[in-house]
Amino acid sequence: MSTSIASPSLEIRAIGKPLERIEGPAKLTGAAPYAYEYDLADPLYLYPVQSTIARGKITSIDTAAAKALKGVAAVITHENATRLASDENKELWVLQSAEIGFRGQLIGAVIAETPEIALHAASLVRVQYAGQSHDAELRADRDDLYAPKEVNGGYPTDTEEGDPDAALKSAAVTIDHTYTTPMEHNNPMEPHTTVAIWKDDGFTLYDSTQGAHSVRNTVAELFGLAPEKIHVIATHVGGGFGSKGEPHAHDALVCLAAQAVPGRPVKFALTRQQMFSLAGYRAPTIQRIRLGADRSGRLTAIVHDVVTQTSRIREFTEQAAVPTRIMYAAPNRRTTHRLAALDVPVPSWMRAPGETPGMFATELAMDELAVACGLDPIDLRMRNEPEVDPASGKPWSCRNLIGCLREGARRFGWEQRDPEPGVRRRDGWLVGTGVASSTYPLYLLPGSRATIRYGADRRYAVRIGAADIGTGTWTALTQIAADALDSPIEAIRIEIGDTDQPNASVEGGSSGISSWGSTIVVAARAFRAEHGDHPAAGAETSADMPENPDDERFAMHSFGAQFAEVQVHQDTGEIRVARMLGVFSVGRIINPRTARSQFIGGMTMGLSMALLENSVLDTRFGHVVTHDFAEYHIAANADVVDLDAVWLDEVDPHSNAMGSRGIGEIGIVGAAAAIANAAWHATGIRVRDLPITADKFLA
Amino acid sequence: MFESTIRLNVDGVERTLVVDTRTTLLDALRNGLGVMSPKKGCDHGQCGACTVLLDGRRALTCLAFAVAHDSATIVTAQGLGNGKLHPMQEAFLHHDGFQCGYCTPGQICSAVGMLDEWKAGEPSHITGNPNGAVIELSDAEIRERMSGNLCRCGAYMNIVAAIREAAEEIALS
Repeated sequence: MSTSIASPSLEIRAIGKPLERIEGPAKLTGAAPYAYEYDLADPLYLYPVQSTIARGKITSIDTAAAKALKGVAAVITHENATRLASDENKELWVLQSAEIGFRGQLIGAVIAETPEIALHAASLVRVQYAGQSHDAELRADRDDLYAPKEVNGGYPTDTEEGDPDAALKSAAVTIDHTYTTPMEHNNPMEPHTTVAIWKDDGFTLYDSTQGAHSVRNTVAELFGLAPEKIHVIATHVGGGFGSKGEPHAHDALVCLAAQAVPGRPVKFALTRQQMFSLAGYRAPTIQRIRLGADRSGRLTAIVHDVVTQTSRIREFTEQAAVPTRIMYAAPNRRTTHRLAALDVPVPSWMRAPGETPGMFATELAMDELAVACGLDPIDLRMRNEPEVDPASGKPWSCRNLIGCLREGARRFGWEQRDPEPGVRRRDGWLVGTGVASSTYPLYLLPGSRATIRYGADRRYAVRIGAADIGTGTWTALTQIAADALDSPIEAIRIEIGDTDQPNASVEGGSSGISSWGSTIVVAARAFRAEHGDHPAAGAETSADMPENPDDERFAMHSFGAQFAEVQVHQDTGEIRVARMLGVFSVGRIINPRTARSQFIGGMTMGLSMALLENSVLDTRFGHVVTHDFAEYHIAANADVVDLDAVWLDEVDPHSNAMGSRGIGEIGIVGAAAAIANAAWHATGIRVRDLPITADKFLA
Repeated sequence: MFESTIRLNVDGVERTLVVDTRTTLLDALRNGLGVMSPKKGCDHGQCGACTVLLDGRRALTCLAFAVAHDSATIVTAQGLGNGKLHPMQEAFLHHDGFQCGYCTPGQICSAVGMLDEWKAGEPSHITGNPNGAVIELSDAEIRERMSGNLCRCGAYMNIVAAIREAAEEIALS
């Protein structure tokens, strides 16, 4: 009994308070330094050279004119760059050969005294290629699709239970549709930036990353260095949404450049345009969903087949069918993932990879099934609530999807909804409402360690190399540490974002607060056990993240319900979201002020995904043509009219010492589906392909 | 190389610097003077992160050449409050109108400049024809006037709430 990690000896005082962000004033004035902004003497500036073909080989690269320009310190290419030690990750295998794997690949760099000179000199580098025909087109009918060994997150590629084909054949009601999501780019506001200094056979890196230690370990392996020779500083990070979750090619390039000019800082900030081929993206998906149900809407079969793309040089599989494995009960089930390996940039994590595109498809299919069965879509979901996790057979630690749907229906005014589509008009606009479920798993990443030290200033320094990418880590960890040490907030000083601090797992998979918070709680207990309640100045204790035995016994997932009201103009097809409400079941909330921001931020990105975001890849050349904010639209202020999020008052008894489950990603999951379902209710037109643009209502 | 010497008053301090004539005002501030409050998010005038008050009006410093603004007066988010937080910054803090903070100095400068434009009776795209009447600063007006400042963290709801509160406070003071 006492083995439970969540044995609540943690007295909740500071946790749950709506503290303002402790780093807020520094961000509001612009004084908080991001990677580019440290005051370093005598910096140089890097501008990269990128491939202009999608596949082939460099036959010559002439850097003479660039080198001759006054103010150029060095030009590096595959002909003169340092040989890297590990080619395990081909995305980072920069300037190591003449091979081209995608258009926009880094093939050289100019390092110069000013950014203007670097840019000019890079334009003088002359490159000749032997091009090969490339292939950059994702289609579901390709004959070279393959099943990867596993999908992102380490999940099995395919699953099957029962006999879904027979069940579909005999089902009273069936749904069989294909849903697509486009290539999408994370686009954090701070472009990916690394400032590198090579000195004393080691690197100092000011990096824009979600994990200082993960950058250190990756760069160490890449350059064959001991991790201690690499110091990474990432105190403030201007957003990431997954794209700063692991180092990308620019990290390797700027390190190679720093070795060419030892002792001097080399500053490299990607341009917004370069981010579209170098900083990861959400791979496009083509998802066929088949549902079988009896007349009362009880699912008898679920089949979810995903086709997506990866790059030829590095495999990444968007795990879009994974959430379907746990969402609804049905005796006969199958999920599959198939990949096309293309000559395209390397895809990676983007906010709730897997869940975001996958739940778009699943939740549209469920809405279509509700219509086919003549059921309210909330009622349909309640009828298919699984008692235990259908994927693992384990009991839920705390599943409250139904509570979210009910609370949302009450607040949103769902009861009065007329199910008939295309019949409500308001000043020339067709109006409709829609609902969709959200889900996101609890991830606990291993490897974190925290040190607590009591100082002469009578404050506890709590040190852990965690990241705050806008998520509220500074504030939430302060609150957790205060309660864990049974001390006031003012007595806590959190120190994060630096490899000088103990190792911390990456800020990804909404795992940060669970992983780092649990670590701080055990460190605090160890500190008190060792030093008592009245420690001497200099008293210090460290501890590693505890294991959670409940991890094996329970299925731990967050859930939510998203509601949207949409209007579509009857003449132009223009679509606007009039209001949105999200209700979430996520365990205990550490800080309601910053938590609400996480939820509404995710929902806003979901609205943006629903209506705007679309990276158009020109398959003739293999590059994204919509590669800036003029062409790749993200939601602006005027797009977000009325949007709110609330949560159920709950504590997960099994998740971790705080009873929380992670909130960074669930807000985007299901948001686009709720909007698409509302658009159908408004117009009677079912748009199954994102983004939902005006032309799709005018066909 | 084409270089010029220019003078700038930045947050109340007179500065002199030599700029490459190709240098944007944003790069002159950040690289030339070490003034890092205005941020570079796109370098193309598409995101608003580099917004400052340039001779009293909000402006995108990435779309301005430094050499064309000799003797200009610039106020960044760092200089707005004269060492304290400006009421607009206080309101953003209270309403959590930011997350990662990278677009935030630009949002703050843009909001302060926007209120001055509104007070001067300048219409927005959605105002219609004000005919000299006082323009109501509705939420829709705030959203429209702030749509040049992108926030990928999605803090727009809180940004509008913060600006509304600050506008009331500034109007009362």
